[in-house]
Amino acid sequence: MITLTNVHKSFGAAHVIRGVSAEVKRGEVVCIIGPSGSGKSTILRCINGLESYDGGTIAIDGNRVDCNSRSITAVRTQVSMVFQRFNLFPHRTALENVIEGPRFVKGEPRAAAVERGRTLLARVGLAAKEDAYPPQLSGGQQQRVAIARALAMQPKAILFDEPTSALDPELVGEVLGVMRALAEDGMTMVVVTHEMGFAREVADRVLFLDHGLIVEQGPARSLLTHPTHPRTQDFLHRVLHPI
Amino acid sequence: MQSFLTRSAEFLPILLQGAGLTIVVTIGSLLFSTLLGLVWAMMRVSGIPALSWIAKSVVNVIRGIPIIVQLFYIYFVLPDFGVTFTALQASIIGLGIAYSAYQAENFRAGIEAIDKGQIEAAQSIGMGWAMTMRRVILPQAVKIVLPPYGNIMVMMLKDSSQASTITVAELALQGRLIASSTFQNSTVFTLVALLYLTMSIPLIMLVSYLERRFGKA
Repeated sequence: MITLTNVHKSFGAAHVIRGVSAEVKRGEVVCIIGPSGSGKSTILRCINGLESYDGGTIAIDGNRVDCNSRSITAVRTQVSMVFQRFNLFPHRTALENVIEGPRFVKGEPRAAAVERGRTLLARVGLAAKEDAYPPQLSGGQQQRVAIARALAMQPKAILFDEPTSALDPELVGEVLGVMRALAEDGMTMVVVTHEMGFAREVADRVLFLDHGLIVEQGPARSLLTHPTHPRTQDFLHRVLHPI
Repeated sequence: MQSFLTRSAEFLPILLQGAGLTIVVTIGSLLFSTLLGLVWAMMRVSGIPALSWIAKSVVNVIRGIPIIVQLFYIYFVLPDFGVTFTALQASIIGLGIAYSAYQAENFRAGIEAIDKGQIEAAQSIGMGWAMTMRRVILPQAVKIVLPPYGNIMVMMLKDSSQASTITVAELALQGRLIASSTFQNSTVFTLVALLYLTMSIPLIMLVSYLERRFGKA
């Protein structure tokens, strides 16, 4: 469903993605792990057209992603994104954040959008917070609203860019719980994360990225418990045993 | 004091006529400069290099020329090219253009202060540039832009007196005419000052009301 073929990307002289090819199938949950600066987030941002890429192709269901083309807005309505820093609209309530896309991008009638918005907020456990403004919510609650906002677009896939990295440790679980429920419902997900427990339990596949290249990939459980490449072993050792 | 009051009663009707024109010039040029300033600011942040460059150049040219010279240009020079305005029209257009530069810089500062993540979030749910501006960026920028906008309104009220240089009989010019024909300088200019002050107070109150209203949430 999401196909990357030999994708390259440079920021000035820095060659951050150096020929990445990968495929994400419908209903699959893929986690991208790797050291900081390895290009994980950049790949995700390229898939959603927030960042251009210099070589190769990215396609969603065969449609090429090109952030300089007019078709990019259509691509973005098919693939939603959840950000590290939530990026909720602070001047709108939780419910308004969720219905913004359906109402104003897709032109759904207000009543229908509101009804579905309420269902989605209930699904992420925030039915009681529909009138709260983002600054009145905790980080975990904000991120769950952001997930509801992504779901409201009825996307074919959701991209998560380190969705729990900005959260206090005790709030991580509630967000991962929502994501796990989504995965169980069959949502196609690409997750950049440092949560190895989540990757092991929920992901179908894990890609290990280092210096802009996929160094190792495979089924989540076997890659995380028995990595074969020395760099993967080294990275996992440092993440799992920081002291 | 007695004589001040009797003279005031005599001069006030004429001065109030002038104050009426001052209000017309102020509101007219405020609206025009706001619209024009918004256009420059939108061009500036459009991400299209040519538009951005044009807006930047226009703003710098406008800022670099005194308001009075711009007014003279529109009222005295443009007729040579077959474009004629009444004094009132010329003053509204001239002040509007002159102030559009400051409005544009203020709007741009407000827009650029919004977190880039907001733009990305809007894009990620499929919004185009115009809708992102209208639904996400501008509503948040308003809050940042309002306090300096209040300053601009008060400055505009006072700078409307420059319209007197191209014969618009607004408050300052009416005052000068009465003073030079009656020699009652102190009475006349005290009244003129008080009238300007009186007119600026509602503006100041309006801004603090708007700040309170948009300050919520």
